Amino acid sequence: MSFQIDWKWIPRGIAFGLLAFIIFGPLTNLILWAVAERWYFPHVLPLKYGFSFWANVFSPRGNAMASLGTSVLIAALTVILSLGLAIPAGYALARLRLPFRGLILLALLIPQAFPNLPVYVNIARIFYQYSLNGTILGVVLVHVTHGLVYAVWIATAAFSSIDRELEEAARSMGASALRGFWDVTLPIAAPGLLASAIFVFLESLDEFTGTYFVGAPDVMTLPLLLYTAGSGGNYQIASITALILLVPSIAFMFVVERFLRSDVLSRVGH
Amino acid sequence: MPIQLIGFLLVAPALAVVLLLFIVPLVSSVTGAFDVGGSYGLGNFTKALELYSGDILFTLVIVLLSSGLIGLFSIMIGGYLTLGTNARAVAILRWIYRWPLFIPFIVVGQILRTFLAKNGLMNNIFIELGLMTPAAAMSFLDWRGIVVAFVWKQTPFVTLLLAGAMASIDQSTIEAARNLGAGRVRILIEVVLPQVRQTLLVGLILSFVTMMSVLSVPLMINAQSPTMITANMAFRINAHGDYGVANALGLISLLMTSVAAMVYLRQTMREHSR
Repeated sequence: MSFQIDWKWIPRGIAFGLLAFIIFGPLTNLILWAVAERWYFPHVLPLKYGFSFWANVFSPRGNAMASLGTSVLIAALTVILSLGLAIPAGYALARLRLPFRGLILLALLIPQAFPNLPVYVNIARIFYQYSLNGTILGVVLVHVTHGLVYAVWIATAAFSSIDRELEEAARSMGASALRGFWDVTLPIAAPGLLASAIFVFLESLDEFTGTYFVGAPDVMTLPLLLYTAGSGGNYQIASITALILLVPSIAFMFVVERFLRSDVLSRVGH
Repeated sequence: MPIQLIGFLLVAPALAVVLLLFIVPLVSSVTGAFDVGGSYGLGNFTKALELYSGDILFTLVIVLLSSGLIGLFSIMIGGYLTLGTNARAVAILRWIYRWPLFIPFIVVGQILRTFLAKNGLMNNIFIELGLMTPAAAMSFLDWRGIVVAFVWKQTPFVTLLLAGAMASIDQSTIEAARNLGAGRVRILIEVVLPQVRQTLLVGLILSFVTMMSVLSVPLMINAQSPTMITANMAFRINAHGDYGVANALGLISLLMTSVAAMVYLRQTMREHSR
């Protein structure tokens, strides 16, 4: 029996090992911090493992559960509002012959083309006049503005990848425009729209800068809790909070291509 | 109702949100930068330059260096994914590289803060493996930490776009070069890269703008001077309520990105007009 060793696996193995260290090293560190009871210099690994910090974080009186609730509420409202705005806009941009289509797309791209920190600073100032600072609604509005770009792009891509003839077939059988949209177009575009909903949800869940200026200290989302705990040197609480944020992000990374088929992906931004 | 009016009505709410909640504050950040105690002047800029000219340069260097490294690594990874001959090796790389893709910056800041510290896991592992003496251990929580955080988080994003573009180019051009005896590095540089230049440019510009907007990474990894102007803006507002200087710094960051943004918007417009 001949057994051939592929010598090329040696440099490959070294390169992959290095890459894996760079990517998984910091992630392992986070998990270690999350389950470390005691860990100090010069010990390479924690001295004592345990879940007492978890019990603290998840206790009914802990800040984390309240922050998680606030974060999920804000993210859900952001998704509803963003998609409510993006579905009609995306359909019109993909299907109807609009005057100034290029200009409209340009306007919708602007939030992506400029750094948003100076904008958040001034939104906070404007919101202050309308007593929107420190309210859930204020934070949701900031997140919607940020998520809208992606939502409109993906919705436009999802609608323009649908065969126009399907709608025309429905129309020729006597369906109204709205009925054709509701019964034919929307179900076919659903996977792409779902992907954009998940994406907007995650963006809102993870958003720090806008919430920091508009929401803090009254609206305490998970990222703000993480930041506060980390600044106070409480690395266990910060790491556990980071893990809660990490799980949905990594789960989405693995399934994103299942939702966003390549024919939709290839039309994003077109 | 004419179809164009319907179309406009469908787009109008989304446009109104962007206009009211992005463009209006953007304009007020520009006017605010020139507002010195109610009258217009350049006082905020002289103060900003006096206090933060080092940090402005520091920001530009960090962001440009990070963009360069992101471009280099994404070309390397994307190139191997496209031209790699061993299916298993390509699958392993595809599985590994994208983990940081959707990890939020705030989490990246937290995990790298503990990983790169003087007593962090990275130095401890190096010491344990005998690669380093404990006395030689140093903290990477300065400009290097910020660059590591940006490259770690943004490389997968640019690679994803780039690998997608590389996969969709005409395979016969690669085959032709291969038949002529060109090596893989040469094929990557001379055949593949020129065809995906646009995608690389768009990916890098989006990363550039993102890095100029991130507050959590500089705050968590290195908030002492020299730091990035994003951290300075937050400091001016939280510690002094000084919107003038914060807006002046904001306008400086807008100017830095506007060059990049112009290239990007023109690129997108050109693609739309096709």
